[in-house]
Amino acid sequence: MAFEGLAERLQGTLQKIKGKGKISEADVKEMMKDVRRALIEADVNLKVVKEFVKNVSERAVGQEVMKSLTPGQHVIKIVKDELTELMGGEQSQISFSTRPPTVIMMVGLQGAGKTTTTGKLASVLRKKYNKKPLLVAADIYRPAAVKQLETLGKQLSLPVFALGTDISPVEIVKQALEHAKEEHHDVVIVDTAGRLHIDETLMQELKDIRGIKEPDEIFLVVDAMTGQDAVNVANNFNETIGITGVVLTKLDGDTRGGAALSIRSVTQKPIKFVGMGEKMDALEAFHPERMASRILGMGDMMSLIEKAQANVDEEKAKELEEKFRTQSFTFDDFLDQISQVKQMGPLDEILKMLPGAGKIKGLENAKVDEKQMDRVEAIIYSMTTQEKTTPDIINGPRKKRIAKGSGTSIQDVNRLLKQFDDMKKMMKQMTNMQQKGKKKMKMPGLDSLFK
Amino acid sequence: MSFFKKLKEKMLGTTEEVQETVTITNKFKEGLAKTRNQFTSKVNDLVAKYRKVDEDFFEELEEILLQADVGFETVDELMEALRFEVQRKNIKDTAGIQSVISEKLVEIYEAGDENITELQLENEGLSVVLFVGVNGVGKTTTIGKLAHRLKGEGKKVMLAAGDTFRAGAIDQLQVWGDRVGVEVIKQAEGSDPAAVMYDAIRAAKTRNADVLICDTAGRLQNKVNLMNELEKIHRVISREIPNAPHEVLLALDATTGQNALVQAQTFKEATNVTGIVLTKLDGTAKGGIVLAIRTKLHIPVKFVGLGEQMDDLQPFDAEKYVYGLFAEGLEHESENEEDK
Ligand SMILES: Nc1nc2c(ncn2[C@@H]2O[C@H](COP(=O)(O)OP(=O)(O)OP(=O)(O)O)[C@@H](O)[C@H]2O)c(=O)[nH]1
Ligand SMILES: Nc1nc2c(ncn2[C@@H]2O[C@H](COP(=O)(O)OP(=O)(O)OP(=O)(O)O)[C@@H](O)[C@H]2O)c(=O)[nH]1
Ligand SMILES: [Mg+2]
Ligand SMILES: [Mg+2]
Repeated sequence: MAFEGLAERLQGTLQKIKGKGKISEADVKEMMKDVRRALIEADVNLKVVKEFVKNVSERAVGQEVMKSLTPGQHVIKIVKDELTELMGGEQSQISFSTRPPTVIMMVGLQGAGKTTTTGKLASVLRKKYNKKPLLVAADIYRPAAVKQLETLGKQLSLPVFALGTDISPVEIVKQALEHAKEEHHDVVIVDTAGRLHIDETLMQELKDIRGIKEPDEIFLVVDAMTGQDAVNVANNFNETIGITGVVLTKLDGDTRGGAALSIRSVTQKPIKFVGMGEKMDALEAFHPERMASRILGMGDMMSLIEKAQANVDEEKAKELEEKFRTQSFTFDDFLDQISQVKQMGPLDEILKMLPGAGKIKGLENAKVDEKQMDRVEAIIYSMTTQEKTTPDIINGPRKKRIAKGSGTSIQDVNRLLKQFDDMKKMMKQMTNMQQKGKKKMKMPGLDSLFK
Repeated sequence: MSFFKKLKEKMLGTTEEVQETVTITNKFKEGLAKTRNQFTSKVNDLVAKYRKVDEDFFEELEEILLQADVGFETVDELMEALRFEVQRKNIKDTAGIQSVISEKLVEIYEAGDENITELQLENEGLSVVLFVGVNGVGKTTTIGKLAHRLKGEGKKVMLAAGDTFRAGAIDQLQVWGDRVGVEVIKQAEGSDPAAVMYDAIRAAKTRNADVLICDTAGRLQNKVNLMNELEKIHRVISREIPNAPHEVLLALDATTGQNALVQAQTFKEATNVTGIVLTKLDGTAKGGIVLAIRTKLHIPVKFVGLGEQMDDLQPFDAEKYVYGLFAEGLEHESENEEDK
C-alpha cells in the first residue's frame, strides 16, 4: 500500500510528451498536477507544495530538454534539483561556544525522540568531537523520563544530571550548568519534556530555560512520519524559542518524510541530523539529495539514470525493450545485461536505487552475491548457441553437460533456467504495463534471482 | 435524522448534554477554548462566507481535508459523492451543505461496517487487550488511561510490561500502574517479551483479573524481525486463552501523515488489529488518515487520546470527529481571511 512515487506517477503524462525537444507550458501544467499529488502524498504541507510547484513551473517552462534525458527525466531532474536546493546543504556541524560549556537544548512534541536523540548526540560529541558531555534530565512530567535518560547514560557510560521530579526544570538546568563548570564538562545537553506547541505554559517554560544561558543550539526534534501539521509545529516552536536546527527521527521507517520539506520551508533552519534507529549509534548526518529522492519516492533514481546513461547506449536499450516485449530475449542478452550491471557497480546498491524496489518484500534482506553472478555467467558460457537462444531444448543430459562444463551442479542449472523463465515473464509483464501506461508492476522472483 | 440536526439538537438539548458536548468538542479544539456561542457563530460566519456551493467552495473544502491528512483517495471519493449529492438535491447555497458533508464523510468512514467503539471483552473470565504500534505514539500512556477507565467500571485490571527493550519503559508502565492502582507484571529489562506475556497471563488468571492489558515495545512496521517478534507475542497469548487477545489496539499518533495507512496494514497483517486509538488529538493535527484506514482496512477507531492525564481518553464519536475535521478548518480559513 505504499504510495506511488513521482516517477511512477508521471508515467502517464510523460507518454504524451515523449520525444519533444522543449517543454511547453501546457506540458508543465499537466506534469505539475502529478508533482503536486506526489508531494502531498509524501506528506509535504499543501501550502508548501503550492509554493514549490509555482517556482518549479516557472523554471521548467521553455527549457531545452537535455540531450541525454527524455523530457520526463528532465522534468524530474528539475523537480529534484529544486527540492534538493530547498533542503539546504549538508550541515551536521554543531556550533560550540567559545565560553564552555556549550549548551544544547532538545525540544519538540511528545514522543518525537528527544530523549533518545540526546543520548545519541552525546555519543557523537564524545566520539567525533572529543567532548565531555553532561546530559541533563529536565523532563519532570513524563513518567520515568528521568530513569530513561539515566539508563541511556549508563549504557553510554556518560554522566546524567538529575534532581528528580520535584524541582522545576528551570532550576534543574541552572544547577546543571553550575555542576558542568565544576566538573569541566564542555557540552551540556538538556533533554526537555515533550510538549504541544500550543501549550502556552510549557512553551513559556522553554523560554525560561533558554533565558538562563543562551543555548548554542536549540534542536527541534521531529518525527519523520509527521503529516501536514509539521508546519504548525515547526512554526510555533521556531517563533516562540527560535530553534537553530532540526533533527528528523525515525527515518529508518518507510515514510516518505515530506515533513522535512515543510519544516525547512517554514523555518529556514538546517536539518542537521537524522535518526536511523533506536540504538545509540543510529544518528547520521543529513543528506539533502537523498531526502529529496526519498520524498519523491524514486530511490536514488537520478543517480541510477546517470549511471545507466554512462553505461547503456540508447539504441541497445531500445533493442532490449523490444526483445522483452516479443519474448525473444535470450541467454546471450542475459549475459550482456549481467556485464552491464557489473559495470554499474555493486548490485545490491543498484537494486536499492530502483523505484518500487522498496515494495518488494524481502528485498531489504536480500544480499546480492557477486559470486553467484559469476556462477550464472559460467553456466551460460557452457551453453551452445542453440541452447542460449532456445532454452526449451535443454533436457537432462544437456543439463548434466552444462553443469559439468561450468563447474556447478544440476540444481544450479535448473535454478537458473527457472529464474530466466520467471524473468522473461516478468519483463513481458513490465513492458506490457509500461505500454498501457499502467502504474502497478509486480515483480515476481526478482528477489529470488539474487538469493 | 440528519447529522446536522442531531448536532444542533445535542447543542441545544438538555443542559447536561450541552455540557458534555461542549467539553468534548472543546477538547477537540484545545487552544481555541471556545464557548458554545462562539462556536455557533463561527459556523454561521462560514455559511455566510460561502453563500454559493461552487467550484471555489469545493476546492477549499478539498484543501482543508488534505491539510487534515485525510489523503487524496478519500478526498476524491468524498468530492465525487458530494458533487453528485449537490446536483441531485439541487443544493445551491451553503446553508444546506454542512450536513451533507458530514453525512457523506461519516458514510465513507462507516462504509457499511458496523460501528463498534465498545471493547469486545468477555463477561466471564480473563480478557486480554494487546497494544501495538510504532515508536512513541502513546501506547504505554494509553494503557494507563484505559486501565483507569476500566477500573472505574469496576473491573479488576492488570498490566503486562511487554516492552523490555526501550530504556525506562518498564518503570514508565510501573508509574502508571501505581497511579491507577493496578498491579504490573514485569521481568528484567532485556528479557523475552513473549515470556513476560506468558507469566502475566498466568498471574492474571491466578488473581482472577478481568482484564490484562499488555504493553509492547514500539516498532517501525518495516522492521521484519520486530514484526515477527510481535507475531510470536500474539501467538503466545492466543495459545494461553482461546479468543485472546480479545482486542488488539493499534496506537496511532494524530500527527502522523500518510504512513499511518501502511502502519495499520502491516500491524493488521501481523496481529489482526481490532481497533485504533488515535492519540494526541489535543494538538493541532487531526489524524484524518483514519478515514482511509477505516474504508480500506475496516479497522474502526475506538478511542481518542486528548492529553497526558489519566482521564484524557474518550470513546470515539465519528460524527463529532468528522465535523471537527472540516468545520474547524473552515473557521481557520475565515480567520485568515479576516486577518488580511
Ligand atoms: N526506529 C526509531 N525509533 C526511534 C528513533 N528515535 C527515537 N525512537 C524511538 O521513539 C520512541 C520515543 O523516543 P523518546 O526519545 O522517548 O521520545 P521523546 O521525544 O523523548 O518523548 P517524550 O519525552 O515523551 O516527549 C522510543 O521508542 C525511541 O526508541 C529513530 O531514529 N528510529
Ligand atoms: N498531548 C498528548 N500526549 C500524549 C498522548 N498520549 C501520549 N502522549 C505522550 O506521548 C509521549 C509518548 O507516549 P508513550 O506512551 O511513551 O508512547 P509509546 O507508544 O509507549 O512509546 P514507545 O514505547 O517508546 O514506543 C509521552 O510523552 C506521552 O505523555 C495524548 O493523547 N496527548
Ligand atoms: Mg523524553
Ligand atoms: Mg511504550
